[in-house]
Amino acid sequence: MIAKNIDFSLSSGELAAIVGINGIGKSTLLRTLGKVQPKLSGEIIINGKPLNSYGPRELAAQISVVLTEPIASKNMTVLELISLGRQPYTNWIGTLSDADQSKIKESVQLMALGDLQHKKCHELSDGQLQRVMIARALAQDTAIILLDEPTTHLDLYHKVQILKLLKKIVRQTNKTILFTSHEIEMAIQLCDKILILDNGENPFERPTELIAQKRFEKLFPADTIEFDAATASFRISKGQ
Amino acid sequence: MDKPLKYRIPFLLLLLVLVVCFVFNISLGSVSIPFKDTLNAVFYGNVQNEPWAYIIWNYRIPKAFTALLVGSGLALSGLLMQTLFRNPLAGPFVLGISSGASLGAALLIMGSSLFSGVLAFGFVTNITLAIASSLGSFLVLLAVMTVASKVKDTMALLIIGLMFGSITAAVVSVLSYFTNAEKLQQYVYWSFGSLGNLSWSQLSLLTGIILIGTLLGIASIKTLNALLLGENYARSLGVDLKKSRYIIIIAMGLLAGGVTAFAGPIAFIGLAVPHLTRQIFNTTDHKILVPAVLVYGAIIMLLCDTVAQLPNSASVLPINAITSILGAPVVIWLLVRKQKMVF
Repeated sequence: MIAKNIDFSLSSGELAAIVGINGIGKSTLLRTLGKVQPKLSGEIIINGKPLNSYGPRELAAQISVVLTEPIASKNMTVLELISLGRQPYTNWIGTLSDADQSKIKESVQLMALGDLQHKKCHELSDGQLQRVMIARALAQDTAIILLDEPTTHLDLYHKVQILKLLKKIVRQTNKTILFTSHEIEMAIQLCDKILILDNGENPFERPTELIAQKRFEKLFPADTIEFDAATASFRISKGQ
Repeated sequence: MDKPLKYRIPFLLLLLVLVVCFVFNISLGSVSIPFKDTLNAVFYGNVQNEPWAYIIWNYRIPKAFTALLVGSGLALSGLLMQTLFRNPLAGPFVLGISSGASLGAALLIMGSSLFSGVLAFGFVTNITLAIASSLGSFLVLLAVMTVASKVKDTMALLIIGLMFGSITAAVVSVLSYFTNAEKLQQYVYWSFGSLGNLSWSQLSLLTGIILIGTLLGIASIKTLNALLLGENYARSLGVDLKKSRYIIIIAMGLLAGGVTAFAGPIAFIGLAVPHLTRQIFNTTDHKILVPAVLVYGAIIMLLCDTVAQLPNSASVLPINAITSILGAPVVIWLLVRKQKMVF
C-alpha cells in the first residue's frame, strides 16, 4: 500500500524526517518534492510558487538533493565534487568566482572535510562520501535540502554523526532539511518535526506530540514490534 | 578545477608533440623528400623541386590535416559518449553512427547492382560516397534520437544505439552476400578507412563539420561535468537534461558521422583516446579533458597514419587496421585492470 492524502508544510530552520515502512512511498515523496521524478498528483508549493513553475536553474537555487543512487564517476576529488554544487551560479563554462570559492570552503569546514578535500571519492568510506555529498548540497546554498536515506549503510556512530551534522546545519544556517529515514528513534531525538507515512492520517508533528498521540504504536504490527513511549524506542514483542 | 596551472605544462607539451608529429607525418611518405625541404615547403612555401612541392601541398598536407581532424573528432565524440552514457566502453560505433555511415556507403556501392533500375545511383566517387555515408549516419542518428525522445533512461538509449548498429550491419551483410566480387572489394576498401583521398575543398567541408561539433562539445562542458554525478544530480543542479542531451548527441553525430563520411569507419580512436587522456591528466574535469582529447586524438591519428603509410615504400596499410592494432590492446589492458580504471 502506498500512502495517500499527504499534507504538510515546512518552515525555514526546521529539521524534519519522513518515516514509514518499506514501500510506503518515502523516497517517492522526497524525490517528487525535489522534482527528481514527476509528481503523481497534488500540489507542491515552494515560497508561495508551485514547483512546476520553477525553471531548472531557478529550482536548483532553491532545492538541493542527496540521493541514494551512487554518483556516476568516483574519480573526482572531494573538492571537485563539492565545487559542482556551485553550478547553478557559475558562468557557461563553470568558472568559480571568489564568492563560489568561499562558499565551497565554508561547506568543507562545516562538514569537517578539510583533511579529505584532495582525496579521490573512490578512496573514501561510505560515511565520508555521505558527508561529501551533504557538503555538495550545502555548497549549492539552497533554502531547502532533501536527503534520501542519508544514514543507510552506515554504522551507529556514523548514523548519529550525519544526523547531528544535519541538525548543526539547520541551527547554523537556518536552512530547511527534510530526509527519509528508518532511524525512527534517532529522528525522535533530533528532529523538529516528523512525518509518519502510515497509510492513515499521515501525521506531521513534533516528536513529543506524536508520542503523546500514540502514533508510533501503529507504525509496525504490534505482534512483532511494540513502541515504548517512556524511552521512545521500539522493542521486539514478547510472546508467541 | 581549482588549479588550471597544474595542467598547463602537460598541455603545452602535448601541443608541442602535436606540431612535431604533424611535421614528421608530412616529411615521411612513399617518395622520400629530405626533411629540410619539407620544412621549407611547409613554413616558407619554396621548394626547388616542383614534384616535391606538389606532393607536399596536394597530397601530404591535406592528408595530415585530415588525420588531425579525424583524430580530434573521433576522440571528442568518444569522450562525449563515455560521459553521457556513463559507460567507459562507449565509442562512436555504439550509437550506430558509424554503422549508419557504413550502411550508406554499402547501399551506394553494392545496392546499385541489386536494385539496378529501381534505384539509379550515380557512379561511385569520393564525393558521392561521402554524401551517402553522411546520409546513412544522419538517418541512423535521427532514428536513435526519435527513439531517445520516448526513452528517459540513457542506458536504454545506449542499447537502442547498439541494436540499430546490428540492424545496419545485418543489412550490409545481406548486400555483401548478393553483390558481385568487384563491388564487394570496393566496399571492403572503403571500410578500411582512408585519410588520403580528400581534396582541399572536401577538407574544408570536414573542417566546418568538426568545428561545429567541437563548439557544441565545448558549450556542453559544464553539463558534462554535472553528468559526472549522474542524471538526477545533474538535473538538480539546474541542467536542462533533455536539451543538453540533444546538443551532446548532435555534437557526437557531427563529429563521428562527419569523420566516417570522409575517412571511412575508423575504429578505436574514439574509445581509446579518452581513456589514454584520463591516464595522463588524471582528472574528470571536462574543461581540461575536452581540449586534451582534441590534441591527443590528433597526435595518435598522425602517428597511426605515419605507420600506415610505410615510409619510403610504395604500399600503404589500411588505417583502420593500424588503429585497431594499437587500440585493441588498450581496451584489453583497460578491462584487465578494471578495478583501477580511471573513469
